[in-house]
Amino acid sequence: MRSFYGTDLPNGLMLGTALYPSPAILADAFRRSGAAVATVSLRRESGQDRAGQDFWTLIQGLGVHVLPNTAGCHSVKEAVTTAHMAREVFGTKWVKLEVIGEEDTLQPDVFALVEAARILSEDGFQVFPYCTEDLVVADRLLRAGCEVLMPWGAPIGSGQGLNNIFGLRAMRAHFPDVPLVIDAGLGLPSQAAQAMEIGYDAVLLNTAVAKAGDPVAMAEAFALAIRAGQLAAQAGPMEPRDMAAPSTPVIGQAFLT
Amino acid sequence: MKIELNGAPLETSATTVDALLSEAGYDGAVVATARNGDFVPRAARAGEALREGDRIEILAPMKGG
Repeated sequence: MRSFYGTDLPNGLMLGTALYPSPAILADAFRRSGAAVATVSLRRESGQDRAGQDFWTLIQGLGVHVLPNTAGCHSVKEAVTTAHMAREVFGTKWVKLEVIGEEDTLQPDVFALVEAARILSEDGFQVFPYCTEDLVVADRLLRAGCEVLMPWGAPIGSGQGLNNIFGLRAMRAHFPDVPLVIDAGLGLPSQAAQAMEIGYDAVLLNTAVAKAGDPVAMAEAFALAIRAGQLAAQAGPMEPRDMAAPSTPVIGQAFLT
Repeated sequence: MKIELNGAPLETSATTVDALLSEAGYDGAVVATARNGDFVPRAARAGEALREGDRIEILAPMKGG
């Protein structure tokens, strides 16, 4: 498995921390799945409400890598300022850089994304850009200093899986040495397995686990699927073909008609 | 003076970001601050003067995807 800015992860599951029925279920989902990365964010909180402090204590207790996001940012300035604030609060150079450009699809504004990635990389951040599968944008992100790419599978929270499998395969083939993460849009473990089978290094998901009837069981299901897909990729999948090819030897077959 | 704290109007006697944090009850909390859209690092809060009409953001850890 490729490393993420020099950090080797024990598995390919990056898990969000939002939308769970309770903090206890969130913690159990991490424990049962073994997810090694938790995405977090920053939001307004009054001085009297300490929910954010309690949340941070809970996350620290999980012993996972923390990946702060810039969710909800729509401009370079917002994203860069949020990243700086997150670095101070969470004590990490990692940032999941999101610059949203379109409200219905939560599609990234790739122009602002490249600019923000350049500014943050120059400032010592290790940027995980939420991007599309566009190869030209990907190349610009790498040139801006990114050493990881996180193309979407489908719009955030849609649960549709890998909408453009051709584009995602092309991205894998085009950047063989770059750690690639499917970020967003997965709904089922089979879709995560598919991402790993085509050679992706990790998947980042949240809603598919948190909104499942049993989030803890679903987290484990994703972990197993990711492991299966990763093993399959390492094992070297067969080439598909159009016509049947018998697997049982033809030579030596009895003539019984 | 009148400022805006996390989007809500506030009359404050604090003159620095650091003093505002204490006045608003954030002592001991893990938060990050920004003034008029620019990040104010922890070490700079005591020297960051407030002005009439400033927009101050105090952000805390929160769940996220």
